[in-house]
Parts: sequence; structure tokens; C-alpha cells
Amino acid sequence: MTGAITIHAKALTKRFGAFTAVDAIDLDVHAGEIFGFLGANGAGKTTAMKMLIGLLMPTAGEARVAGYDVYTQSEAIKRSIGYMGQRFSLYNDLTVLENIQFYGGVYGVPPAELKRRTDSLVHDLGLKEHVNTRLQSLPLGWKQKLAFSVAMIHEPKIIFLDEPTGGVDLITRRQFWELIYAASAKGVTVFVTTHYMDEAEYCHRASIMVDGVMAACDTPAALKEQFKVKTMDEVFYQLARSAQRAE
Amino acid sequence: MKTFRAFIHKEFLHILRDRRTLLVLFGMPVLQIVLFGYAINTEVKEANVAVLDQSRDERSVSLVNALFSANWFRPVETLKSPADIDRVFKAGKAKMVVEIGPDFAKRFAEGRAQIALIADASDPNTAKVVTGYAAQMIAQWSRRFSTEHTVEVLPVEYRMHYNPEMKSVFLFVPGVITVILMLVSAMLTSISIAREKEHGTMEVMLVSPLRPGMIVLGKAVPYLVLSLLNAAFVLVIGLLLFGVPMNGSYLLLLLEGLLFILTSLSLGLLFSTIAKTQQEALMLSLFVLMMPTILLSGFIFPTSSMPWALRAFSNIIPAKHFIIILRGIMLKGNGVAVLWPQTLVLAGMCTVLLGISIKKFNVRLQ
Repeated sequence: MTGAITIHAKALTKRFGAFTAVDAIDLDVHAGEIFGFLGANGAGKTTAMKMLIGLLMPTAGEARVAGYDVYTQSEAIKRSIGYMGQRFSLYNDLTVLENIQFYGGVYGVPPAELKRRTDSLVHDLGLKEHVNTRLQSLPLGWKQKLAFSVAMIHEPKIIFLDEPTGGVDLITRRQFWELIYAASAKGVTVFVTTHYMDEAEYCHRASIMVDGVMAACDTPAALKEQFKVKTMDEVFYQLARSAQRAE
Repeated sequence: MKTFRAFIHKEFLHILRDRRTLLVLFGMPVLQIVLFGYAINTEVKEANVAVLDQSRDERSVSLVNALFSANWFRPVETLKSPADIDRVFKAGKAKMVVEIGPDFAKRFAEGRAQIALIADASDPNTAKVVTGYAAQMIAQWSRRFSTEHTVEVLPVEYRMHYNPEMKSVFLFVPGVITVILMLVSAMLTSISIAREKEHGTMEVMLVSPLRPGMIVLGKAVPYLVLSLLNAAFVLVIGLLLFGVPMNGSYLLLLLEGLLFILTSLSLGLLFSTIAKTQQEALMLSLFVLMMPTILLSGFIFPTSSMPWALRAFSNIIPAKHFIIILRGIMLKGNGVAVLWPQTLVLAGMCTVLLGISIKKFNVRLQ
């Protein structure tokens, strides 16, 4: 990857009392890169991500996201990133249009611009006939794709996805990754955590956290080469096996 | 500002689309006022009363007749000796015994007549009400004969200047307004914040440029508006349907109402920082808030008749002070000159609660 560095961390650490959740991790993610952030439950990936998106103050180390410092400029970071959480992040009791308008409003997208983006988003997702449908009556796959598009409504340079495809069927996951590739092609940095090792294969680079430490970080091909195995699944298994921490 | 408008708009959509919230918002007030206004009535009619007349003279007979002339009391038995008193109470035959001592007519003329009103205190509310009625009727009766020589009634601790007919609905309307304000502001706010946490949308909002203060405010404003509407609604029902008097200033009522709503909102906010799910928020509101508010605020049971421990505890319940304020304004037409202690207590509670909850709500806690 040759693009500018958009996410940078050096010796980033988070301790809760005597427990070190994240232990001095280093990472550099470039513009347009799809960066997979893997690890077993309790390995510290959610904590690391929370520090990067300004929800948690680091204990030590440095980190910059979109050029802003996580210690002092979290508000600026929040304006420059998109985020999609583990759980479904839209409102089921609101319609497609109302959800888009709410998040557009929250991120301060001007009305005329919001209307233009809404139209193209609805067109791309094939939701034209459903703009006034409440989300509760839409299938999960559609809602998940809509959630991604809504997280991109303010056209951020970086998007953080926290296990975005949990509980979604295989076909929808494929379609979801097409959205990710499209965003990446436009130069958006994608920082994604996942449990599915086949998804790790889709990433440009993947890192694996074990017990709060970054145990490996490279392209999927290089990682498989290094561990002399055929799939990312096996890479993950070899590393995660050494974990001491209980889930 | 546009961000904030989008947020408020969303909140109103949530409220309007949730049938349960709507029911609590608009069904509860009607239900409560009808229940408290009609069904749960502490007025006592035709209470059974026994008489122990040890004089049986002209004056005492006239007094007994006067007591039973209105339909408040029904004569059940004429007792022979003080030993019978215990018996009628144990048998549940009478709510009250009127005991007239010997030489009543003579003592009355001398101005030292005594009457004991003995009530069945196992039902304190009724006991209080019936002795109150009787004391009033005795006072009225004695004024027929003399303005100087009144009868001393033992034990009379009751005076009802402001609600002479003991209309319980007069006392309940301020109570219902209080409970509804508390319910809507605290319970619905905490549930709506807990819902966002439960669904994961709170996380998304915290990652967004919305500042925590803005999220709190956005949650509070819709419920503040709805609470005010609701209070006005109950007030109008009270005034029109039950003829509750409104003797004080509407402006003062509004200001005090706002203060109480703000206090309740801060409580709701505090609960939402503790509760992770809607269920927890509901339970917290119900048990920590609603039960004490209904039972210990003086809404139904007067705090003055509580044991000292409960009476002391009732002082930390915001509703207690607000009910005193509301009754003061509505029934007595009190102004700030009289109500400032309660107002000050509420303002203090509000400041402390709001401070704690905003501090606790801060995103970057760890």
C-alpha cells in the first residue's frame, strides 16, 4: 500500500487496573486499504478500536486517526470517520428515509446534498420502493447494507466496521463485501473486525491480536506463507491456540 | 442546531410509533384520575358509630341526635359501660365510639364538658376522617347554645380549613399530576435511553459528532414538552370534572412544575446510566421511584401519620415536596412567600441529581 497513512498507532496501550487489555500495539493503515482486525473474543480488539474512534482514552502510547490526535482531538475524529457497530445500528421503528435523514442530520450534511446522496444510495441498494417502509419489515441483509451506506452518508475518509456481518447469510456477506470494495476503490480506508476467517482473506492486510498483543500483521498471502499453511483459518488457529487469557 | 433538530424529530417519531409509550403517556393520566377521583375515595359515608352516653340528659341526647342527623354516621349500638367499647371494636361493629361523661348538661353550662371520640385505629385513614367529622359536628352543635362555652373534644388533632368537606379528590389531583410528571419524565426518559443502549444505536451516536450533552438534552426535551402537556391535561380534568379549586398563580404553578420535571428528568437520566436494558430501567423506575412516590410522598397516606423513620425517609422523595407545593398553590393559593422552603429543597435536589447524572453520562469515563 502506498497511500497516505490515515490510521497510525504506536505502543498504544489500555489498562483497566492491573489488567492490560491492549498491550503496546503498533499499526499503520493507508488510504484505500481494507485492514482486517482479527482476534478471539477478549483479545482486546474492541478496546483497541474504541480508543481509535474516540470512545475510550488510551493509558499510554500515541495514535492519530485522519491526522487527529486521539487524546485531544476526538471531536474532530468523530466528524471524519464512519462507524458501524456490532449490533444493528439503525432504528427499526423508523422508515428507510427517516433513518437516512436522521444520520445525515446528525453529521450535518446540507439538505440539498443529503437529498442527492439519498437518491443515489436508495438507487444503488435497490430500495426505491421501500423508502417509506419501516425497517422492522425489511430482511436483515438489506438492513445491514443500508446500515453500511448510512454510516457512509457523510462521505468519511475512514470507516470502522465492528463485526458488521454477524448473523448474516453467505450471499449477503458477499454483497456486503462488494460495498466494502467499492468504498475502498474510492480511497476510503476500511478498518474491519471480523470472526469469519474467509473474510480475512478478502482484506488487503490482516492483523491478529492475541492476549492484547498484536501477534501478526501482514497480507493474507504473506501470513499463510509465514505459518506454512493454506488458509487464514489455520493461521488464526495457530496463533489463537497460544492464548492464555480466558474468553 | 440542525443536528439537534434531526435528533428531536427522531425522538418524537419514536414516541408516536410506540404504542406502549403512548399508552403510558395518555392512558395513564385518564386512568389515574378516574381511579383516584371516583374509585379510591377516602371519604367516609355512613360509618358505624356506637354511643356511650353516661349522662342521658337533655343536652347529651340533643348532641347524639345532631351527630346522626346527617348521613355521615349510622347508629349501631348504645353502650352501657366503658367495658363495652373494647367489645364493639373487636367485633368490628363500629368505627368510632362517642363517649359522653356523666353530668354533661351541668358541665356544659359551666364550660367544661368533655367528649371522647374513640376511633378504631386499625384503619387509621377512616379513624382520622370519622373523628374529624364528629369533632366538627360537635363544634357546630355547641355553637347553637353558646359562643363562649364550647365542648372540649378529646382527642381532636384535626383541623380542616382548606378542604372542609374532606373531598379527597382535591388532594388527589395534585398527587396525580405529581405522579404523572414523575412517571413520564423519569421512567420514559430512562427507558428510551436504555433502549438505545440495548439496540446499539447509543454507541453509534456516541461515535457521531453529537456531543453527550446534546444527546441528553435531545432525550429530555420531548419528554419535558409531553410532561407539561400532560400536567395541563390532568389539571383541566381536575378543574372541570371534579371542581378542584385553583386559587394560586398559574405562572408559579408552571415554574414549580418545570423545576419538578427537571428533577425527575435528572433522576431518569441517572437511572439510564445505571441500567443497561429497558427491563432494568423499568424496574429501577418502578421500585426506586414509583413505589415511594405513591406510598411515601403524602399522595395517598399523610406523611404525618407515618412512623418517624419513614417520615424522615419521605423527605428525600422529591414528590413529597412538590405535592406540598401543588396543594399549597391550588388549594390554599399560597405564593413563594410560603412555599420557598420546599422550592429550595427541590432546587437543591435538582442541582445535585443533574450534576451527578451528567458526570456519569460522560462518554470517556475510563
